[in-house]
Amino acid sequence: MVNTVDCRGLGCPEPMLMVKKQIEVQGKGTVVAIADSEAARENIKRLATSQGWTVQVEDRDEEWILTLTK
Amino acid sequence: MLKGKGLITVAGLTVGALAIILMVFGNPVNMGLCIACFLRDTAGGLGLHSADKLQYIRPEIPAIILGAFAAALVTRSYRSVGGSSTLTRFLLGFIGMIGLLVFLGCPLRMLLRMSAGDLNAWVGLVGLIAGIVAGIWFINRGFTLGRAVRQNAAHGYVLPGIFLVLLGLLLFNSTIFLYSSEGPASMRAPLLLSLGAGLVVGILAQRTRMCLIGPIRDLIMFRDPYLMFGMVGIFIAALIGNLVLGNFTVGFEGQPIAHSDGLWNFLGMALAGLSFTMIAGCPLRQMISASEGNTDSAVTIFGIILGGAAAHNFGLAASPAGVSPNGQIAVVAGLVVVLIIGFALSGARVLQQRRVTEGG
Repeated sequence: MVNTVDCRGLGCPEPMLMVKKQIEVQGKGTVVAIADSEAARENIKRLATSQGWTVQVEDRDEEWILTLTK
Repeated sequence: MLKGKGLITVAGLTVGALAIILMVFGNPVNMGLCIACFLRDTAGGLGLHSADKLQYIRPEIPAIILGAFAAALVTRSYRSVGGSSTLTRFLLGFIGMIGLLVFLGCPLRMLLRMSAGDLNAWVGLVGLIAGIVAGIWFINRGFTLGRAVRQNAAHGYVLPGIFLVLLGLLLFNSTIFLYSSEGPASMRAPLLLSLGAGLVVGILAQRTRMCLIGPIRDLIMFRDPYLMFGMVGIFIAALIGNLVLGNFTVGFEGQPIAHSDGLWNFLGMALAGLSFTMIAGCPLRQMISASEGNTDSAVTIFGIILGGAAAHNFGLAASPAGVSPNGQIAVVAGLVVVLIIGFALSGARVLQQRRVTEGG
């Protein structure tokens, strides 16, 4: 099962905080994050990349599905 | 093309340079750009307070909003959202503004003052950091104002619409507003320069998500320096400008539109730092976020405007002479209210997540 972090509608820094907790708990594998603002999308991308995760972004109807893998 | 850290650094340098240019062409000293001061002057221009030295519809304000709105539309980053503790955000904007006016400036003006050698602003920075650290403490305890939800796109047009009308009236029927004939609000850069600078600031801040609370918050919470590049850029450009112009005097006393009461400079900015951390961004960021369609941020701006009006109607705002007893009481009362909000909403995120899990 892939863990999904739903960051929709949340302001800074909550999306980053939630994703950070999830990738720290998991350590490796796959985490999916859903974002609906540019700020959240970019912040999550930057955070995950800095922790050594690779990030794939899928644009879906004004939301973004970020697939983080390590 | 520039992006990421490079872009936000250039944006910061540009905003700092524009603030200096606006000061050279007539805006008050160390106040070329100040979101809190300009919203307060706007409140005065509308007659919401009667401090007769602080009345002018600053054209930079509608220009920043319309610049950011246009940038969000063009880049398809406009989203109308709202419904995340709107009234609480209004209150936090109102209270945070009182803190800013006890210090005498928003974080943007704090940087301009710091870059001119005003050591009181460095004390303010320490207060701001303390407030942000307190805000982070609450966020780590699960503080949240909850999720915003998508709204019909039309809702997000209301705020830019209001400021477009205000700008139209300023350009074509300006006699309906109040104008200071002396004091800070009588010092004005030429209208077209103010408008042009505001548009550029709005566009750059929208594209880079520039904020002056976020840099300190993200550095502490995530060791993420991205936003800090913008903040340092503003400071460096303003520092160079002030040194070139000879507007650089290191000291506490006699600084332009500032007081030297360290305790209240610290506490005013601590109150602002905590309030604006809870609502996820400084006054500039609130304006940009509102222009991108966030109606909670739009309501927050009205909280800030009315906070500015109250600060002058009830003698809470500082003056170069210092901070009145009323202002001191207001800061302490504000801190109590914000701490109550912080504790009341701590743990809210845990509940929210649990509900999501249980629900599916």
